[in-house]
Amino acid sequence: MDWLTIITTTVHAAIGWESVVYGLAAIGVNIHFGYTGLLNFGQAAFMAVAGYGLAVAVTVMNLPFWMGIVIGLAAAAILALLLGIPTLQLRADYLAIVTIAAAEIVRLVFRSVYFKDIFGGSDGRRGFTGDFYAMNPFPPGHYGIGPFGFDERVIWFLAVGWSVVLLSCLVVYLLMKSPWGRVLKAIREDEDAVRALGKNVFSYKMQSLMLGGIIGCLAGFFYGLYNGAVQPDIFGTEMTFFAYTIVILGGAARVFGPVVGAMIFWVLFVFVGNTLAELVRNGFIPFMTTTQVGPIRYALVGLGFILLLVIRPQGIFGDKREIAINAR
Amino acid sequence: MPDDTMTTSRKASALAAFKDMPREPGVPKPDPILVVDKVVRRFGGLTAVDVDHVEIQRGSITALIGPNGAGKTTFFNQLTGFDTADAGAWTFNGRAMNGVPAHKVARNGMVRTFQLTKALSRLTVLENMRLGAQKQKGESFWRAMIPAFWRGQEDEITERAEELLVRFKLDAKREDFAGSLSGGQRKLLEMARALMVEPELVMLDEPMAGVNPALTQSLLGHVKDLREQGMTVLFVEHDMDMVRDISDWVIVMAQGTVIAEGPPSTIMSDERVIDAYLGAHHDAPLSDTELESQLHEAEAALEAEIEEETQK
Ligand SMILES: Nc1ncnc2c1ncn2[C@@H]1O[C@H](COP(=O)(O)OP(=O)(O)OP(=O)(O)O)[C@@H](O)[C@H]1O
Ligand SMILES: [Mg+2]
Repeated sequence: MDWLTIITTTVHAAIGWESVVYGLAAIGVNIHFGYTGLLNFGQAAFMAVAGYGLAVAVTVMNLPFWMGIVIGLAAAAILALLLGIPTLQLRADYLAIVTIAAAEIVRLVFRSVYFKDIFGGSDGRRGFTGDFYAMNPFPPGHYGIGPFGFDERVIWFLAVGWSVVLLSCLVVYLLMKSPWGRVLKAIREDEDAVRALGKNVFSYKMQSLMLGGIIGCLAGFFYGLYNGAVQPDIFGTEMTFFAYTIVILGGAARVFGPVVGAMIFWVLFVFVGNTLAELVRNGFIPFMTTTQVGPIRYALVGLGFILLLVIRPQGIFGDKREIAINAR
Repeated sequence: MPDDTMTTSRKASALAAFKDMPREPGVPKPDPILVVDKVVRRFGGLTAVDVDHVEIQRGSITALIGPNGAGKTTFFNQLTGFDTADAGAWTFNGRAMNGVPAHKVARNGMVRTFQLTKALSRLTVLENMRLGAQKQKGESFWRAMIPAFWRGQEDEITERAEELLVRFKLDAKREDFAGSLSGGQRKLLEMARALMVEPELVMLDEPMAGVNPALTQSLLGHVKDLREQGMTVLFVEHDMDMVRDISDWVIVMAQGTVIAEGPPSTIMSDERVIDAYLGAHHDAPLSDTELESQLHEAEAALEAEIEEETQK
């Protein structure tokens, strides 16, 4: 058994690119679902338009990196408007249906043959990260302690990524303890009561959708920057549901919930996967082959989440009192 | 609770305004804050509201009564922008209000509570109260991130909220989740929260349903107090003792229309009202005591029903 590899990959997963990307996506979902009660099932679409915005701006339009970022952000804001205007006046479940459909439409447009010249079809786009890594101030080398550590390219990515994650958390923290955040939480509880108190509920829901969408779209940038490519099928509904799982795991409506949730999610995922693979490889589980490890890993991790939520239904950071109130 | 010598001034002027006023539905008032014309709301084949004309006198406490399903709540919903009337127009302080969205109605000073109480469960009692305050600087996205912009105002709001909580005997619960309050306490919280808006017209939909009698007394005091502070109150209530105790004027609805208006002391002996409550074919002249007892029975039945509703 190669325990060292299992442990190092697990530690790397906790602070690695997956936690950055999924953490940001989940922070956005937490604003929508955790604080405002909006069921946005199209978070992957926000990531997709941002990732593609950057990629297409740089590779097809030959614009500088920063313009790509601006275009990506603008695309996410426009997507929020397009989704929100028709649905936020309607009952909550309409947003869920529309967003899940919109996310699929976005994905299918990106992978369509018709737009292959722009979006690159099912291969996606690559070759837009040069400017980002050109800004890397870390000289080549290994950064870390002993077996734990990253090369200069990854450490630069993680430095920027975690800074953005922490900054997003700070924004969420400041907003949610302000009167603005109070209106959001009140909308989650009962929007008619909030209307009766003179607040423009539609406007606040739109602001929430936009803020969560824009933070979520940062995850799209970071996905593209780490992997050096964007492909349409990365941004499927699975991505969105992972983000929801992470939010609930960490505790909805908690500032650090999504971040810790993402770390736990990936630690479990990598640890279970690698341990299983090692066990199979060394013949400890004779009835399994290495190719079966992937699907079994999903099942085991799912089982783990079920157990966790049975024991702590409020999530890691959640408040037990809140769950008790829901039961009334 | 305000004592009687203090209440006399406003109450006297309110009562003076209603003295010798005809008992006809839609009778004009000397200084109306709310004027409603030809409001119709249909649900399929059912005409839930069809109010021809009604005026609410400023600075008074007006009761809106009527049997179950008379259309009182639906009427409230039309006036406050929570539902769109099929036809009709109404003005508040002379300003046209039909088609105005609910939040703007509230901002204009016309604030309502709900028959089925809407406590914001996972917010604390104090946060519920603070939410009611208007023109909060910290409610705009950009300023929200910098507490220096709104901290001062928040302190003022908190002070006002705490005064109200003391008045409504909820101060011990200030840090509790509103969802942990009892049904009656939620009614109190909703009313106190509505007052945080500093409205001119308060519209209460069955404020006393499910509140215990001792507390009802103090609540009645609060409602009378609102009039003393210059507010106008329009409330829906089934409890005739309460209606008699605090209202200056009563409007009776049945099957969507206003069928009678009058002072609380005599409204229940009005022929049209008796017909509406007991059906048109009741046996000829009931004595006053018989009528009282019948009404009390009906009331008791209603209260039991409401109790059941709020327990849910
Ligand atoms: N959304 C709706 N859809 C269909 N019918 C409705 C709707 N809302 C109310 N109604 C009908 O309109 C009529 C008036 O209802 P409303 O709730 O206004 O009565 P109410 O006077 O408030 O009665 P209560 O004293 O029992 O509260 C009832 O017959 C009711 O069934
Ligand atoms: Mg009603």
